[in-house]
Amino acid sequence: MRRTAPVSQWGSDFDVLDAKYVADPFLIWDQLRTTCPIAHTNRRGSTWLPTRYEDVTAIAHDIEHFSSLEVAVIPFEGEEPEEPVLPYGLPPISADPPLHTWTRRLLLPWFSHNRVESYEAMTRGLCSGLIDGFIADGRADAASDYAQQIPVRVIAHILGVSPDLSDTFTGWVRDVLEFADDHDRRVNAVQGLLEYFIEEVAKRRAEPGDDLLSELLRTEVDGAPIEDSLVLGAAALVLIAGVDTTWSAIGSSLWHLATHPADRKRMVEDPEVMSLAVEELLRAYSPVTMARIVTTDVEYAGCPMKAGDKILMNFPAANRDPEVFEDADEVILDRAHNRHVAFGSGIHRCAGSNLARMELRVALEEWLRRIPEFALAEGEEVTWAGGQVRGPRLLPVVF
Amino acid sequence: MKIRVDPDKCQGHARCYGLAPELFEVDDYGLSTVVGDGSVPPELEDRARLAIANCPEFAIEEV
Repeated sequence: MRRTAPVSQWGSDFDVLDAKYVADPFLIWDQLRTTCPIAHTNRRGSTWLPTRYEDVTAIAHDIEHFSSLEVAVIPFEGEEPEEPVLPYGLPPISADPPLHTWTRRLLLPWFSHNRVESYEAMTRGLCSGLIDGFIADGRADAASDYAQQIPVRVIAHILGVSPDLSDTFTGWVRDVLEFADDHDRRVNAVQGLLEYFIEEVAKRRAEPGDDLLSELLRTEVDGAPIEDSLVLGAAALVLIAGVDTTWSAIGSSLWHLATHPADRKRMVEDPEVMSLAVEELLRAYSPVTMARIVTTDVEYAGCPMKAGDKILMNFPAANRDPEVFEDADEVILDRAHNRHVAFGSGIHRCAGSNLARMELRVALEEWLRRIPEFALAEGEEVTWAGGQVRGPRLLPVVF
Repeated sequence: MKIRVDPDKCQGHARCYGLAPELFEVDDYGLSTVVGDGSVPPELEDRARLAIANCPEFAIEEV
């Protein structure tokens, strides 16, 4: 699937799609952190990979030198159309201020703490229904039968689109994020997704509802409605950013519990530990890496970064930096000091973090309530996706 | 003990609210502010320190 030569020099020729990196990046980050600590590669363009907490957060805050106009970890290697449907990309994630500021304020109330509470009962019912579907079998794929099925349906609910199309949405999101080095898959997915949302926008215009899409169409900025391309971009962003990411966090957490019986037992016996445990699992298995583009030549930590170079915002590695986290490579469910940046840092902090946290907590609560004892199915393979979003894609468990 | 949230640093992670909802409020945009004038009752001082130690933006301080 991945067309990439194996890596031998991680400091000067890294590749986040390398099979070794996808399967187990932790040792590679540890080695880079003590020797490099900002790796470089010329694969898919000149790209830097910081591994220390201090560097990743400093770059996230320096929006003057590091722009979000290009956030894809795997660059698009085709010709851009002359008149793109989304000239601003997917704001606010792919925008700098001032566009970032006001588009982000449009989305944030949909993911506020109070609003997210109102999605909890629906999420719990969804999780419970999924478990009903396989609990009698004594086995399930915790990634594809469970984790993968949850966030996409919650996002469909928020966007006001049909949950029956969940598999189609999931396919598009995976093609954009996980199979981004497959040009045709990526192009077709973006086209399918845009055509779908163009049609949905037309429907909402004729018959507005109380969903996010309708609300965006109703909103006026400086006395004028928002441009269609911005509504489309924001809708596509909510779908793309809210599916793979949270599903990966749920899957990784279930993988951890399947492979660490003492932690699983503790979470079953001591439900009080859940809120700290959710943060610790987010820290240890942070799914998301975003990119930034260098705006002007700048030397950072001795690295000669050139305008146009890409930086991979390695929040997952920052979260395992022993300078900041004691026993960083160990999962300590009740870790008290946990300044993790799984949702990023600075002005682009994940707008859906409240939602993701709620989904992860509810998914684990329902699973552990119904299936307190489970383990990996012996002799069956666990597979991982990497690149922009890391998490298990096949996770066969028995119970 | 008295605490404050620096509004220029807070990015809405809501970690403080999750750890000590008695001491913080979050608005629709995620921004945190202290409840009242930021005075912390003695029985909540440990949680206030936890909130300070978990903020990813170093936005909470004891004043």
